[in-house]
Amino acid sequence: MDFKNQEVRIMNSGDTAWVLASSALVLLMTVPALAFFYGGLVRRKNVLSLLMQCFIILCVISLQWILYGYSLTFGPDTGIGIIGGFDWVGLRGVGGQPNPDYAATIPHSVFMIFQCMFAVITPALIVGAFAERIKFSAFLLFTILWATFVYDPLGHWVWGMGGWLKNLGALDFAGGIVVHTSSGVSALVMAILIGKRIGYQERSFRPHNLPFTVMGAALLWFGWFGFNAGSALAANELAANAFVTTNTATAAAGLTWALIEWQQHGAPTILGAATGAVAGLVAITPACGFVNPMNAIFIGILVSVFCYIAIAKVKAAFKYDDALDVFGIHGVGGIWGTIATGLFAEKAVNEAGANGLFFGNVHQFLVQIMLVIVAAVFAAVMTWILFKFVDALVGMRVEKKDEIIGLDLTQQSEAAYTVIE
Amino acid sequence: MKYIVAIIQPHKLDEVMKSLEDVEVNLVTVSNVLGRGRQKGLTEIYRGAKEVGSLLKKIKLEIACNEDFVEPAIQAIIKGARTGEIGDGKIFVSDLYEVVRIRTGERGGKAIG
Repeated sequence: MDFKNQEVRIMNSGDTAWVLASSALVLLMTVPALAFFYGGLVRRKNVLSLLMQCFIILCVISLQWILYGYSLTFGPDTGIGIIGGFDWVGLRGVGGQPNPDYAATIPHSVFMIFQCMFAVITPALIVGAFAERIKFSAFLLFTILWATFVYDPLGHWVWGMGGWLKNLGALDFAGGIVVHTSSGVSALVMAILIGKRIGYQERSFRPHNLPFTVMGAALLWFGWFGFNAGSALAANELAANAFVTTNTATAAAGLTWALIEWQQHGAPTILGAATGAVAGLVAITPACGFVNPMNAIFIGILVSVFCYIAIAKVKAAFKYDDALDVFGIHGVGGIWGTIATGLFAEKAVNEAGANGLFFGNVHQFLVQIMLVIVAAVFAAVMTWILFKFVDALVGMRVEKKDEIIGLDLTQQSEAAYTVIE
Repeated sequence: MKYIVAIIQPHKLDEVMKSLEDVEVNLVTVSNVLGRGRQKGLTEIYRGAKEVGSLLKKIKLEIACNEDFVEPAIQAIIKGARTGEIGDGKIFVSDLYEVVRIRTGERGGKAIG
């Protein structure tokens, strides 16, 4: 986020147009991009359940956001930087006039709807962890609670005016902490608590449609320009820097993953290249408005190394069933990106930011480490509580028989593919 | 009358169809099938996790023919499908009790070709 305190409070049509377009780009990241990225990775009997979960999150959180989510996250602080108040419930007072605390040159409602798309995609990322075995009602209840009790407070801490982590100088340009670390860590907790899919590591779990997954990854890359460059909240040189670093880190990460596989298994896979690219997008997210393009290459290369180890080695060793590697990509990538911001950030790129460790500022590095720890612990504890609550209320997991038949037929009462026309 | 079922490698289908044509066996039903034999599956890798396939993609041919065509058909399939490697497939031949052409109601050898 660019929180420059601009003196001139004049609406700028170029900025407004760019942030509106960026909002639409970020919407596209949830549906269809993430939905198909995930949908292709599951077995054919569960593809619609993933599309449905992503789609319904877009519906539900869009409403949650304007009803009270935006007010809790960005509304005037209630005292000690923990949560926003109810002043902006139902978008009261959130209209055409800019709010200079957040973005001085665009209507307040444009900032609000841009942030809405972030609130939507974050819980949607988590669904990959409990894919192929969660009850739809439980998923829906969990999602609304998670948005309210994890995303909204954490967003306030890091991005809201008066948020306590923001006041400590935490740097998270577009959501490495608020979006990726929070969803990734929560995903790990969910995967462990809900348990493995029936037959996991005994039978094969092949992705049923990798072209879907590749198309989803490519659309994520495309939409991410809105996510990252849009977070400049203006059509300016900072947006341009975020755009360039995003593309650069993603390219480096996609290539690196493919090369790792080539070396390890004798063949580079498209799933690997696509996975690496998404990891690169995640890692550059908190850093894109604070680092220069050359350092984005390092961030991209290293995120693929870390995420590959997390998915191919650590997950295999601990045997948890994070079905679509949400922790391995978003958790590990988000944590690395947030720490990397503390290493590579420089004021030469963004005057409103800070210098990182490699530019002589140890303090910023320590702030970023603390940011990771606080966000990870908060997300893990809250997710554990919400899991227990929802599980007691409606039961989190589907019946064994329903899991074997598949969620499309048992939760959605429809099938993706016909056998005979 | 005999009923010939052949399981072959997918990449040999074109050659088998050509060699069957050469001996004037033109009526064939073809399907995609999965099967398991002595041939091991190819290793697939998904995000670093190895999956060794236990079922392999094969092509199944079904041919109904009169006695005169049985041996030429078998030879044609072997000619088209054989590579000498494990996994070339099998040919099963069994007696065929009856054939009925739906359009005309003809039966037996007349209905077959």
